This record gives sequence, C-alpha cells and structure tokens, in this order.
Amino acid sequence: MNNKIKTLGLNLLLLAIAIVTLAPFVWMVSASFMPNGEAFVFPPKFLPDTFSLTQYEKLFTRINIGRFFLNSFILSVSVTFISLFFNSMAGFVFAKYKFAGKDKLFKLLLSSMIIPAQVTMLPLFLMLKEMGFINTYLAIIIPGMANIFGIFLIKQYAESIPDSLIEAAKIDGASDFQIYYKIFLPVIKPILVTLALFTFMGTWNDFIWPLIALSDQSMFTLPVALANLMGEHSQDPELMMAGSTLTILPIIIVFLVLQKQYIKGIMLGSVKE
Amino acid sequence: MIDASNKYGITKAVALFLSPALSAIFIFFFLPVFAALAMSFTDFGLYSLADWRYTRFVGFDNYVKLFNDPLFWQALKNTFYFVLVAGPLSVAVSLFAAISLNSKFAKFKSFFRLAFFLPVVTTLVAVAIVFRFVYHPHFGLLNYLLGFFGISPIDWLGDPDWAMPAIILMAVWKNFGYNMIIFTAGLQNIPSQLYEAAEIEGANAWRKFYQITLPLLTPTTLFIGVITLIGFFQLFAEPYIMTQGGPLNSTLSIVQYMYREGFRWWNMGYSAALAFVLFAVIFLGTLIQLKLKGKDE
Repeated sequence: MNNKIKTLGLNLLLLAIAIVTLAPFVWMVSASFMPNGEAFVFPPKFLPDTFSLTQYEKLFTRINIGRFFLNSFILSVSVTFISLFFNSMAGFVFAKYKFAGKDKLFKLLLSSMIIPAQVTMLPLFLMLKEMGFINTYLAIIIPGMANIFGIFLIKQYAESIPDSLIEAAKIDGASDFQIYYKIFLPVIKPILVTLALFTFMGTWNDFIWPLIALSDQSMFTLPVALANLMGEHSQDPELMMAGSTLTILPIIIVFLVLQKQYIKGIMLGSVKE
Repeated sequence: MIDASNKYGITKAVALFLSPALSAIFIFFFLPVFAALAMSFTDFGLYSLADWRYTRFVGFDNYVKLFNDPLFWQALKNTFYFVLVAGPLSVAVSLFAAISLNSKFAKFKSFFRLAFFLPVVTTLVAVAIVFRFVYHPHFGLLNYLLGFFGISPIDWLGDPDWAMPAIILMAVWKNFGYNMIIFTAGLQNIPSQLYEAAEIEGANAWRKFYQITLPLLTPTTLFIGVITLIGFFQLFAEPYIMTQGGPLNSTLSIVQYMYREGFRWWNMGYSAALAFVLFAVIFLGTLIQLKLKGKDE
C-alpha cells in the first residue's frame, strides 16, 4: 500500500520534470510547421492548424541554410578526425610509456584546464589573422586540432588496458608505430567513439569562437547563422523554430544512436586521479 | 609501461607521437595565454590592428581603468549573481534527479534519464532562441502555464529584475542532466549494505540522505562544484541571444563585456585585462572550493 503511493508519487514527479525538459522541444518542432503568425497567438498552440513547410522552404531558398549546414558539418567532422588522431597519439604515450618529466608535464596540462578558453581568444584571433586564416575553415580547425580533455580521457581509459599486451608486442619486435596502430587503437575503440561524439557535438554547438573567427556570411556555422537571423526575424517564431530544429536535429539523432558511449564518457571524465 | 628514456631524454618515436598534440596545445593555447597577459599591459586597439607598432606599453592602466569602470562592476556583479544562484540550484536539481532515478520506486528509468539529459546535448544558441519565445510576455508558453496558477504575466526578458532569473532558469534546465549523470555514478558506488544497516536501525529517508548519501558523495560533489563553477563563469550565449546584456545591463556578463570591448570596439588591451580578471575569479573560486572541502575532511 505505502509502497504503491510512493511509486505513484515519485513517478508522477519524474513525469512532471520530463514534461518540463521536453515541452520546449515539442513546441519548437510544432511551431516550425506553422505558417507565419500562427505561433504568436494566445493561448499558445501545441499543434499547427495546417501543417506547413513554408518555413523550411524559406530557410533553404531565401536564407541558404544549406550552406551553413554544410559549414557546420565540414568543420565538426574535420575537427573530430584531426583531434582524435592527435589526442590518441599523445594519450598513448602518456598511458603506456615512461620518461623523465612525464608526470610533471601531464600535471601541467591537467591543471591548465582551469584556464577559460576566452583568455586565449584575443591573441589567437590576431595570430590566425596574420596567417590569413580568419574567415576560413582553418580558423576553427587549427585551434581544435588537439585538446587536453581529449588526451586526459584517452589516457584514463588506456590505463585500464594491461601493459603486458603492449610489452609483449614490444618484445616481439613491433615498432612503436605498429603498437599504436595495430594494438592500441583497436583496443581503445570504445573511448575513441565517445571522444568523437564529444568533439563532434562540441564543435557543432560552439558559438563564441566561430562568432569571432567567421564574420563572413558564407562561412557562418549554424549557431552563428541562427544568432544573426534572430536579429532580423525576432518577430518570426515559426521561421526561427524551423532553423533551431534543423540545428538541433542532427545532434539529437547522433546522441540517440550513441547515448551509451556518451554517458560512459562523462563518467570516465569525472573520475578523479 | 615501456621505458622511453634515452640519453636525449626521450626516444625519437615517442617524441614524434607527442609532438603534434603538444605543439598544437603550446602554440594555440599556452602561447596565447601569455600573449593575452602581455596584451593586457598595452593599449592594443584599432590602430594596432593595422600596424602593431602603434601599440604602447601602459603598465597597469587597463586594470586601473577596469577598477573605475561601473560597467565592469555591473558585469562582475551579474556574473556572480548568475554563478551563485544557478550553480547551487543546478547542482541541487541534479542531485535530486539522480537520487529519484536511483530509487527502487522509479519506473521507466531509461526514458526519464534520456528526457532529463536531452537539453544537455542540444545547441545552446538554438535553445536560447526557443526560450526567447517561451519567455514572451504575451504569447510565451511559460506565462500561459503560470496563468493556470493565477500568476499574472511576467515580462521575463524585458524587466531588469526578471531577466537574470529567466537566464538562470534556462541554464538550470539546460545543464542539470549532465551533473545528474555524474551523481548517478557516485550513488552507485555507495555500498547498499550501508543503507540496509541504517534501515535496521530505523533511520528514515532524510537521515539516510544526510548521514550516508551526502557525506559519501563529497568527492563527487566537489568535482561537480568545480566544473559547474568554471562553466557558469563563462556565461555568454544566453545573454547574447536572449537579452543582448539588457535590459539596463542587468544581464551583461564578463565574457560578453570582454567580447564587446575586444571584438566590437577592438579595445583588445582592455579586453585582455577583462579576460584575466575572469581567469583570476575562476582560479580563486576553484581554490576556495578545494580549501573548504579540504577542511571538511
């Protein structure tokens, strides 16, 4: 009896929280299918009267959102691949080799994670401007080539792999590169998937750096383009909701497919040394 | 472990593995940090952008100017308001959600976990745009729902007293799922025998929470406290999209002020000083948390 009440109460509460977290998304998708003006009414509508694709049509024809989508996609994929490669090589060495000063070097890297990225942005902008990379894909790719969190995550995971696996290969005469490529990479595949997910989403969602480094309209990523669009269309919720839906949709799909890896990565990243 | 040391320090192969990532980090992260520090002691501005020779060393002038700049104090106050309210609030909601989902009475756990987590992965800019409409005083979802409880419409983003609470609410909504996952991992590490023993002694739920869960979660809470603090101090996209720092600068954040000075007006020396104040604040905040918890144990 008592337990039944507890079960009901708790689950109703959880349901209420779930409604709060999901309602904005439901409204976003629904409003994106409304013709102009239908989402700005009282009381708010949860379903369109007439299902309309006007907003999406406008986004693709007049606003050229396809280009922004492509920019976001190219950048997220390139940063993911390059950083995965660089981070895994460094993580490999930090996890499986010993050399003088290794621990100090790693500690220095870890403790600098407290430095907010904004501190680097002014000189970084000037450096990339001197190199002629501002307003090119390289302005996003270059600072994203490697990151400390990625190295940390790979090292953390790789430490659970028995050293004997690698030492045996070494004794058999395998070169360091062969060990990395043929033994290390295959066994750390789960964490590579997780890190790829983090990096892809991080780059896709990033705002302040693309806002600074890509001021040319044709180079905009989706978040920068959305922010820009909001300037002219702050009275067009239907159009803005279609743009938001298109921005969020790929992320949600990727997340739904790989949510287990994502969650595992958060847990691994939160383990204290 | 493979020994990679030799007379040069480390073997060539290992150095080759490390160098791409480390040189990228040193050139595009560490170097800019030091350059920014140097910049904060100069008057680097629009003219310097054309020719660096127009830059002069000005000592602590930028910091002195900051100290006398009412807008800086306003931005600092706003940022602290945000961090000190949204931080604890989001941690509390995360812990509450984690404990509820961990309860044996909870059903459909994976659905709820997914629903709570979804805001975390979604694009902040898109979400901020959605919330700008959710917060609309006449047509917004929130005021409509509050209407059922007899609450008259609030001008969430247009009223200087409500704009920051609105941003805080959104930040809690967006972020609590992340810490919920970390708390869940922490909760699962608490041996169930402790709770069973407490039950035999007749402890109620509140006492179990207060005397077992909370103390044993301390390392987790500390970690969450630190990452939440670091993240929340970097508040930018929410006010940029939702309020542009207004109304009456009531939501202007440090990073937003830094962005405006550095990349709108090209007062880059001044902006660098702002960036370092942000860094100092985050550094001190982390230190204080570590000290407080250190004393606890």
